Amino acid sequence: MTALDQLFVKVRAENRAALIAYIPAGFPSQAGCAKVIQTFIDAGVDAIEIGFPYSDPVMDGPTIQAAAVTALENGTGAAEVMSALKVATDGGVAAVVMTYWNPIERYGVSEFAKAIAANGGSGVITPDLTIEESASWLGATKENSINPIYVIAPSTSDARMPKVTAACGGFVYAASLMGVTGARNSVSSGAADLVARIRTTTGLPVAVGLGVSTREQAKGVAAYADGVIVGSAFIKALQDAPNEEAGLAAVKELATELAKGVREGR
Amino acid sequence: MSTTPKEDLGSILGHFGPYGGRFVPEALIGALEELEAAHYTAQSDPAFVAELAELHRTYTGRPSIITEAKRFAEHAGGARIILKREDLNHTGSHKINNVLGQALLTKRMGKKRIIAETGAGQHGVASATAAALMGLECVVYMGEEDTKRQALNVARMKLLGAEVVPVTTGSRTLKDAINEAMRDWVTNVETTHYLLGTVAGPHPFPTMVRDFHKIIGEETREQVLALTGRLPDAVLACVGGGSNAIGIFHRFISDPSVRLIGLEAGGDGVETGRHAATITGGTPGVLHGTRSYVLQDANGQTVESHSISAGLDYPGVGPEHAYLHDIGRAEYRAITDEQAMHAFALLSKTEGIIPAIETAHALAGALQVGNELGKDAIIVINLSGRGDKDVQTAAQYFGIPLD
Repeated sequence: MTALDQLFVKVRAENRAALIAYIPAGFPSQAGCAKVIQTFIDAGVDAIEIGFPYSDPVMDGPTIQAAAVTALENGTGAAEVMSALKVATDGGVAAVVMTYWNPIERYGVSEFAKAIAANGGSGVITPDLTIEESASWLGATKENSINPIYVIAPSTSDARMPKVTAACGGFVYAASLMGVTGARNSVSSGAADLVARIRTTTGLPVAVGLGVSTREQAKGVAAYADGVIVGSAFIKALQDAPNEEAGLAAVKELATELAKGVREGR
Repeated sequence: MSTTPKEDLGSILGHFGPYGGRFVPEALIGALEELEAAHYTAQSDPAFVAELAELHRTYTGRPSIITEAKRFAEHAGGARIILKREDLNHTGSHKINNVLGQALLTKRMGKKRIIAETGAGQHGVASATAAALMGLECVVYMGEEDTKRQALNVARMKLLGAEVVPVTTGSRTLKDAINEAMRDWVTNVETTHYLLGTVAGPHPFPTMVRDFHKIIGEETREQVLALTGRLPDAVLACVGGGSNAIGIFHRFISDPSVRLIGLEAGGDGVETGRHAATITGGTPGVLHGTRSYVLQDANGQTVESHSISAGLDYPGVGPEHAYLHDIGRAEYRAITDEQAMHAFALLSKTEGIIPAIETAHALAGALQVGNELGKDAIIVINLSGRGDKDVQTAAQYFGIPLD
């Protein structure tokens, strides 16, 4: 059982949702990323999603695109992703990597799964890997006892949904709306319905991502989901800060608020 | 319209051997499945086939003619050189074949908005044209760099009623325009069809776009047989994403005596790293929803491509080309900017035909292949587009002052 699986057992016992925070490796710098991860942990984040910055991120909005450009300019590759992952898991939290598929294929499919496991990672979120193209990946994740995590979209049909959730491990990533990553003024009202639809197909925990940025929104999502995923809001806090110290302070404040939010939902 | 199983070798569920497939956000799966179903239904629907054929005849100007290039041939080892004149199609390139087909499918799917990416602007112009003809809203994503290189085509699209969105992310070229179009599609997929302009992208695009362009090869084969009494020795086409090439190659795949040669954009030379020759200088990987050859680094990051030709300036290539390369059925060579511009000038001065700079890469290839095969050879070139849009680039290249 991975640290991620243990986490969901724990938060279910505590009758709350888990807070999952996203940061791309190498952003705002290699050392800065490690500090962000520590700040997440100190502020009560339950699990960390390390992004593998990619040149062509079609699922990401402008905020994460800009962070990916910075991270790539900082020389971030697979080695830096793995060390960021290790910083998180050494800090005692569950951690996964989120990456588009080509960097995995380039690294070597089974080698990548092996490296994730070796660095204490609990799984990998693959936003552009369809279940139809997943044979080698599912073999590799099984062999290395890590979770393959797939995204379900509001447009995923009832006929298809059980096939995708059956391939998932750890949790199911529910995309709250049709669109790319980025903070929004409100979380789509369709998210609760989507989570309910997902639950008819699987007993796995369901975490909601896309558009969550405030304590109120986290509280709202925590009412019906097992996990709340926040990404762009943290990156924006870092991008808007005048310096790294101020950025880390803003991350800490936001993470603390969100950690309260996921405990207030039920 | 018959397709033998041999021609579709490897095309199972959108795969061409190890290439092709579908690597996209889950949000798009429904739309891709809907599109695939609409395409296959339409292909076997006589009403659809007749409607498209009528548009080809009365709007595009099909069949496009063939022209024998006798004076140009003197520079190509004396081989017989035959040009398939896709440049004479309405809007000036082969792109209209695919665009009309997909615009008809858009209407059949009940969608009212199309989005498209464009590099040189030819696909954007063709998309804007089809949208105007069929009363669809049209948004074209174009790299900011390309909007400068191809300002005339930007104006054409606007005159046709399309909105042109300059893309300022990444390398600000075709690759980034595709990223932005994909993001639009993920968000607006309910109402919008992504009218992808080449034989790349997730299934069903590589197969569907090929199906709409294969008429080029079907016409060519008949026309060349009628003119010369035999099959050509080689069929040449330029390859960026590869749509005009697959269009003319497809009917000849089952003719083993016909060599199929794709000419990629060699930029400053493949050895310099500044090129867009994806098969010649790339490695297998996944980009924009499909597995094929990709220009990428050790971490799987896409490397920026370079070419004087905006339409070939793309770090990926259609998966069917990757497959035809690997099984040895087609050959791919790189042509430098300099070789392409030499052929551009040569065709203009020997035949009175100004080709698109994209197409000039195929013409440069013909100069090589003609000299290799000698004077008894018959070589067909897909003259995929006309060069009106490139006058400014060419004038600059050759130092012709523009007032």
